[in-house]
Amino acid sequence: MTTTSSPSTTLLGAEDLNLRRRRLTDRLMRLSATAAAGVAVAVLAIVVGSVVIKGASALSIPFLTQNPAVGLGAVGGGIANAIVGSALIVAVGTAMALPLGILIALYLTEFATPRTAPPIRLVLDLLNGTPTIVIGVFIFGLLVVSHSQTGFAASIALAIIMLPLMARTTQEMLLLVPGDLRNAAHALGVRRWRMILGIVLPSALGGILTGAILAVARAFGETAPLLLCDSVFGNTTSLNIFGTAIPNIPMDIYRYSESGFPTDHARAWGAALVLIALILVGNLSARAMLARQRRRLAGR
Amino acid sequence: MSLSPPEKIAEQARSLLNVEVAGESAAAAGGTEVVYELRDVHVHYGQALAVGGMNMRIHKNVITAIIGPSGCGKSTMLRTLNRMNDAIPGFRLTGEVLYHDRSIYERSIDPVEVRRRIGMVFQRPNPFPKSIYENIAWAPRILGLRADLEERVENALRAAALWDEVKDRLKQSALGLSGGQQQRLCIARALAIEPDVLLLDEPCSALDPIATASVEELMHELKRDYTQVIVTHNMQQAARVADRTAFFSLNVENGSRSGVLVEYDTTKKIFTSPGDQRTADYIAGRFG
Ligand SMILES: Nc1ncnc2c1ncn2[C@@H]1O[C@H](COP(=O)(O)OP(=O)(O)OP(=O)(O)O)[C@@H](O)[C@H]1O
Ligand SMILES: [Mg+2]
Repeated sequence: MTTTSSPSTTLLGAEDLNLRRRRLTDRLMRLSATAAAGVAVAVLAIVVGSVVIKGASALSIPFLTQNPAVGLGAVGGGIANAIVGSALIVAVGTAMALPLGILIALYLTEFATPRTAPPIRLVLDLLNGTPTIVIGVFIFGLLVVSHSQTGFAASIALAIIMLPLMARTTQEMLLLVPGDLRNAAHALGVRRWRMILGIVLPSALGGILTGAILAVARAFGETAPLLLCDSVFGNTTSLNIFGTAIPNIPMDIYRYSESGFPTDHARAWGAALVLIALILVGNLSARAMLARQRRRLAGR
Repeated sequence: MSLSPPEKIAEQARSLLNVEVAGESAAAAGGTEVVYELRDVHVHYGQALAVGGMNMRIHKNVITAIIGPSGCGKSTMLRTLNRMNDAIPGFRLTGEVLYHDRSIYERSIDPVEVRRRIGMVFQRPNPFPKSIYENIAWAPRILGLRADLEERVENALRAAALWDEVKDRLKQSALGLSGGQQQRLCIARALAIEPDVLLLDEPCSALDPIATASVEELMHELKRDYTQVIVTHNMQQAARVADRTAFFSLNVENGSRSGVLVEYDTTKKIFTSPGDQRTADYIAGRFG
């Protein structure tokens, strides 16, 4: 007994120092990583917290349902026209980006060869990393300079921002559809496009919509392209997206915060609160849906 | 190593299996119409030969079993029969696969149409994430078999011996069925488009003995209307269900392994008096 145990004790003793160092490194790494995550949570909490505290006083039913009172510094009124305008601009942008994004994802997963897929994925990732002000300037030069600012120009810019997000999440969801299902459809003597429409897309639909909601939430808050393509501030509701610039939430926040009147500052915070609430709700519900979809597809 | 004479091994095999070997009917002897004829078929994946030397005839309304060690090309062989291999990169076939005397690998043949005629059931049950009804109805609807769709669904489920278990829950998700029920649903789904042939690739390997028994019973009943080819790892299953059995073996030649068709005969012959020593060894449970 003693003879067999003593060598192992010496072995442990020899490694003791090394082991302690590694343990220390491990603990340090874990601590700093946890701290970093904590900082991220804290930053979010501070931002959301201050927006809630400062914006809550401006928030009321009329704030959501009325158009702004005439003139800066005026009393009463709300941001209804900007909420409608933002929704319209984003909706039109989504209507362009979503079908295109799904088609690109379908091409990547179903039709691209090992040679054609990587460059397209790279382009999507680059587009995703492009600063949104650059996309704004591009649309500005393309549509605004020759014509005028319109809500539609902003929609196109937002569509370009949403496109890579939608294509990539859709692609990820399509890849999760089990090969078994494709085989089953294949073996039934069904044409490829029928299989894609009837089996692959419906199986991934929840995930695709979730990805779309995440992209939409992002587009709602985009400000740079709106500054260049749709920087109007007014007190009427406009739905003429192709003809004129139309009021929107990011622009309202920007203009109100630039104003010298304290009431306008409160409005800026109120509008920020509305925006952040929209984005948070969209994000959280989308993530919950995504998790459910992943489980449903993968856990089979 | 010293080998016992084949007769002795056969006897061992028989007692080992302890099952009634499927009867040697006229059909089993190969007297009926030929559905498939394989002439010197070899399959490569890229440069590597996967399985070769396939010369065999598959007969109508007969259950043909494919047995052999893992990797010997059983699935590959089965998938050449409905061109499911086409999608695999590097797949290459030489020789001829005749289906009712027509080569299915001819340029003029549409592989989708081939798969339309030849149903397939996979190792793992793979129902669509749709309702039970939609699982069956989806393909017929697309393939233009829209008339009396409800009746078609019912008939397919009845043929797969599943109707009584699911008739009250047709609108519910197929993913809620048990594994055995899912596999029978997959068989019903394949039957709903009225194929001529049913290919089954280890259809029971994910099932428990009771579900396995129900699938085997089903195969017996389907014999009247369908030609069936089943890949199985389970020799007792081959002995129970198949009229004819093909034994594939692995050839190891200077480092590369490839499958080869060793022997193809009535199940009774294969299990009681195999003509090849490799078959005898495999049946007796001696590998290599
Ligand atoms: N998609 C593929 N690409 C390349 N090689 C493959 C592919 N599928 C199978 N093979 C090769 O072909 C040979 C036969 O494989 P196959 O799946 O037909 O064997 P099997 O007899 O069905 O085996 P198992 O009993 O394990 O299912 C193997 O050597 C395998 O590595
Ligand atoms: Mg196999």
